[in-house]
Amino acid sequence: MDKSFRFQTSLKHARGFGSGKSGTTHFWQQRVTGVAALLLSLIYVVLLVKLQGDDYPTVIATLGNPFVAVLMLAFLGVSVWHMKIGMQVIIEDYVNQPLLRVLALMANSFFSALVGIASAVALIKITFGA
Amino acid sequence: MADARLAASRPLSPHLQVFRFILTMAMSIVHRITGGFLYVGTVFVAIWLVAAASGPEWFARVDGLYQSWIGRLILLGLVWSLIHHAIGGIRHFAWDLGYGFAPKTADLLALINLVAGIVLTIVVAVAAFVFA
Ligand code: HEM
Repeated sequence: MDKSFRFQTSLKHARGFGSGKSGTTHFWQQRVTGVAALLLSLIYVVLLVKLQGDDYPTVIATLGNPFVAVLMLAFLGVSVWHMKIGMQVIIEDYVNQPLLRVLALMANSFFSALVGIASAVALIKITFGA
Repeated sequence: MADARLAASRPLSPHLQVFRFILTMAMSIVHRITGGFLYVGTVFVAIWLVAAASGPEWFARVDGLYQSWIGRLILLGLVWSLIHHAIGGIRHFAWDLGYGFAPKTADLLALINLVAGIVLTIVVAVAAFVFA
């Protein structure tokens, strides 16, 4: 094919190679999870104040209430994604050495996933009353 | 590749320390720092939940640590971080919608964020004390 006739533009070489790799996706997700976290954290703080100093059976009964459990799971899920992409921005801003950056980004993913899974398993176990 | 000499002669942006201290810039970094605190703080939430799910003995152990003075201090710091960061988030939403950029407004919002964060943290601490 004639080399002077190409449908590809130089956009092909730019797309996906910016420092963020994914355009405004994370920017927007940071806002959406931020709005959700704002609403859910109000409930979370009230719950924290209520449970503070309560005995074990009361804590279990409260966390085991399906309404509470659903809201807590939502708050933790939203927070974990919000903090994962938030910390990613911080790492991309400050960690410039390529190997260190990849390791830090990986550690961020592992940490966020672990915290999320641990909290979810605990909450689900409590609601299902094992 | 870019010409090395050209790169070297490009103007550099002034570095952080040449700027006069202003409230909005301090609040910008505090938003990031509180985000970082909350990030680490989720570990404490996870540990507390896992302990609660593991039975009364584990719960008593972890809850005891959290009720110690150092535990309470950390929790208070995290409550402040959450409240401060949440109000900071509202400020971000306003900017995203195009409001609050005028220097006077920006300064005022930053001040409100700072003061409201501290006041609401005290309210929560007092409430926790009263309802304990
Ligand atoms: C409670 C409601 C919350 C709101 C409204 C909120 C809002 C925001 C917004 C708008 C940003 C973006 C800032 C920017 O673009 O510079 C952000 C960043 C961040 N948030 Fe939140 N957030 C909330 C809760 C949380 C929680 C619970 C955590 C952690 C578990 C968290 C961790 C972070 C982190 C690590 C960043 C990145 C900081 C940065 O890039 O400077 N946030 N938050």
